[in-house]
Amino acid sequence: MYDVVIIGAGVIGCALARELSRWRLKLAVCEKNSDVADGASKANSAIVHSGHSNAPGSNMARFNLAGNLLYEQLCQELGVPLQRNGSLNIAFTDEEVGKLQQLMRDGEANGVSGMRIVGPDELRVMEPQLNAEVKAALFAPSSAITSPYELAVAMAENAAHNGAELILNCKVLKVEKREDSWTLFCSDRKLETQVLVNAAGLYADVFNNQVSAKKIKILPRKGQYWIVDKSYAGSFKHTIFQVPGSMGKGILLTPTVDGTILLGPTAEDQEDREDTSTSRESLEHIKTVAKRSWPALPEHALIGSFAGIRAHTKENDFIIGERQDAPGFFNAAGIESPGLSAAPAIAEELCKQIVSKLGAVKNNSFNPRRNPIPAFRHMSFAEKTAAIQRNPLFGRIVCRCEQITEAEIRASIRRPVGALTVDAVKRRTRAGMGRCQGGFCLPRVVDILSQELGLSPARITKDGSLSEILAGDRPDQPAMSSQCKTARRPAKTPRF
Amino acid sequence: MQNGSQTCENPEVLIIGGGPAGLAAAIAAYDRGCRKILLLEREPRLGGILQQCIHTGFGLQIFKDELSGPEYAQRYIDQLEQRGIAYQCDTMVLEISEQRLVTSVNPRLGLQRFQAGSVILAMGCRERSRGALGIPGTRSAGIYSAGTAQRFVNLEGYVPGKKIVILGSGDIGLIMARRMVFSGAEVLAVVEIMPFSSGLKRNVVQCLDDFGIPLLLSHTVTEIKGRGRLSAVVVSQVDERRRPIPGTEKEFDCDTLLLSVGLIPENELSRGAGVKLSVTTSGPLVDERMQTNVPGIFACGNVLHVHDLVDHVSEEAALAGEAAADYCRQPGLGLPEEFLLLEDGYGVRGTVPQRVAKQSLQGVLRLTFRPSQVFMNAAILLEADGVALQESRRRILTPGEMASISIRGKQLATLRDKKKLTIKIIES
Repeated sequence: MYDVVIIGAGVIGCALARELSRWRLKLAVCEKNSDVADGASKANSAIVHSGHSNAPGSNMARFNLAGNLLYEQLCQELGVPLQRNGSLNIAFTDEEVGKLQQLMRDGEANGVSGMRIVGPDELRVMEPQLNAEVKAALFAPSSAITSPYELAVAMAENAAHNGAELILNCKVLKVEKREDSWTLFCSDRKLETQVLVNAAGLYADVFNNQVSAKKIKILPRKGQYWIVDKSYAGSFKHTIFQVPGSMGKGILLTPTVDGTILLGPTAEDQEDREDTSTSRESLEHIKTVAKRSWPALPEHALIGSFAGIRAHTKENDFIIGERQDAPGFFNAAGIESPGLSAAPAIAEELCKQIVSKLGAVKNNSFNPRRNPIPAFRHMSFAEKTAAIQRNPLFGRIVCRCEQITEAEIRASIRRPVGALTVDAVKRRTRAGMGRCQGGFCLPRVVDILSQELGLSPARITKDGSLSEILAGDRPDQPAMSSQCKTARRPAKTPRF
Repeated sequence: MQNGSQTCENPEVLIIGGGPAGLAAAIAAYDRGCRKILLLEREPRLGGILQQCIHTGFGLQIFKDELSGPEYAQRYIDQLEQRGIAYQCDTMVLEISEQRLVTSVNPRLGLQRFQAGSVILAMGCRERSRGALGIPGTRSAGIYSAGTAQRFVNLEGYVPGKKIVILGSGDIGLIMARRMVFSGAEVLAVVEIMPFSSGLKRNVVQCLDDFGIPLLLSHTVTEIKGRGRLSAVVVSQVDERRRPIPGTEKEFDCDTLLLSVGLIPENELSRGAGVKLSVTTSGPLVDERMQTNVPGIFACGNVLHVHDLVDHVSEEAALAGEAAADYCRQPGLGLPEEFLLLEDGYGVRGTVPQRVAKQSLQGVLRLTFRPSQVFMNAAILLEADGVALQESRRRILTPGEMASISIRGKQLATLRDKKKLTIKIIES
């Protein structure tokens, strides 16, 4: 019997697992996919918003502001990048300038500090590449950028280090109330827990509606993005929003902590919760709108596109806390933007409620620190020399676009919440994220994964089951994967 | 010292890349009298991309013999070793400075810094990715560049898929179409957005026609389908401006899409050294001795411009090797002061070199370029400051094959007081 089981290892599930690991609790996170942060948490704008765009008095406003304030310490403890780059909402017309003032009033009501309206002259200095026709902008200095999947991995690793259990490839099919506990029927096991947390993202309505009369409905809303190669790093310092519309914050442009620039997202309502395909029309639309902010947008430097799906609800607010008609069942549902910004605060609030309900005691051995995988590319000459002396595999570059070494790739697989797939390696190390998009390093990463996991290369997947990279052995070389017939998952499995 | 981990302190000529260009450059530098040469290669063995090109067709011009890629490479590796030229494998260059200070990394030798007399850039090129094309659809497994698939099949021993569509009819795409058939896969089609193949004619015949693989010209992939693994691609016809024509969509059920949609010279290191690049070739701007704008830094092979035949790479690299050896002896000769500028005219793209030192206007000057489209029975015209200099007829000119034209002796001398030489195609 677990004290707490969390459904979903997205950024919310991972943040909550880490918070709860401060307490002596038997705790598990169930994730249907092969990695943490494999849904909306991996495909969003990677922004820690200042909080001026939320309706005053909403959960979004409350948790965004509180979450934003928690980010410095969180990222410092976990070794995750965070840059307070500030945001600019730009206005092209007098009417839009009026909207900026409304936005600033909302922001002030929400407790956002340091905002001010800047005029065109100052804007020219702040962002020389910005469209010269911009009349004014709302500057919010507390807006920041981070790496959402790195953050989720780091929180999961730290939670694991402090005793939490992560069960990957484990789909929860049904939850049922027992007398004073919950039973989870999963694809490969059954779990019992006192407290159940619903952090299931796009599927949060499924679990809520199984246990509560107060129904919710998730309305999947797709957002597509372009990525601009990091050779254009520094083109923009701030996150640039256009004046928001009814479907979200509109097409933004933001630097990332990795030096690329993101353009997007669109907002497209759809029925399908898994369809993350991109479309020609939307990708063209993003370019057109982004050019309003950045007239010199270099189209030849667009190295990739992707889409994520927001778990929108018609309430347009986060649904947080225990369901009154289902004691012991806690929701973190309807988590869309600013979900990443709010995650640390939502975790803190839910943790407080759960701890109080269970009467848990402090975990005195809790260690808030997590050391990231040392990144060769960020080391000085002396540090690089020392790293190679310590481990010669720091001397072998596997991903040449991003300068990722074999040591880093092996570490990403061996760590507590280790990578099991090519994409999981990519999210932990950036191998394959550069301008050649894995053309060079893919065969090498497949080879290393196969060695580390003790699996035939033919069984290595891109991102979980049914996404095998290879179709099998070459017919004239039949011996290869039969040598690996005894393939088994290594002793260190996704469970720990 | 074990082969592949020799070293050479403060080499006179340092070569980055041990593919066909780097090998030929090293040998030429040696034969020019240079003895302090070091070649750095990132793979565990020399030969570059040739090692995975196990088909034949290499060396017809230089060796009058039809060799496979590894055989062609081995002829140069043997020459390198006979001369005792030092090289390091498993060594990746991280940085080149304008002053030719080169930083590299190797698991056994660690982080190294070399102050080189001259540097030859021979890093080759990379393949364009799906991302660069912006093909919409899902991000499923099963989409690979043709070269990545070639590595999987030829070096690792795995087939990437069983039902294949290939986008782009570049040479690697054509070669891989045949290779996948040999590996038991079904190749449904090769799809090419242009109205002509961008590969060698002989490859279209030997790799597609001989195997009954359809080549769909003026078509492109407009959507990718499938969750997990690729399940289908949508192919549409395009108009003369390369825009998909609605209503022409055809769906191909397949598990793999191979991309052969262009090669990009790999010049991140060059940029860091202050080397100026051409917007047309994406390679360094060079003079007739393959010297870049940075004195003492030379470039050759696919890092300079994408070639059609490896034989041409070897010839060009030898020029760079000799020039780099000369530079070390007389750095004063480094940068000539007066140049004749070369310009692409109608029908011509990416002429190399882009400028010629006036002091070198003697002997033979060979210019290479790519025709911008297919021309039948056309002429290549050279114009010096707007005045016709030389005309040379060609039965066929196609973008898939590099074209060249040479200027000799007396005609070269007449260019000394000219500013600009324009190369253009005249249609008949």
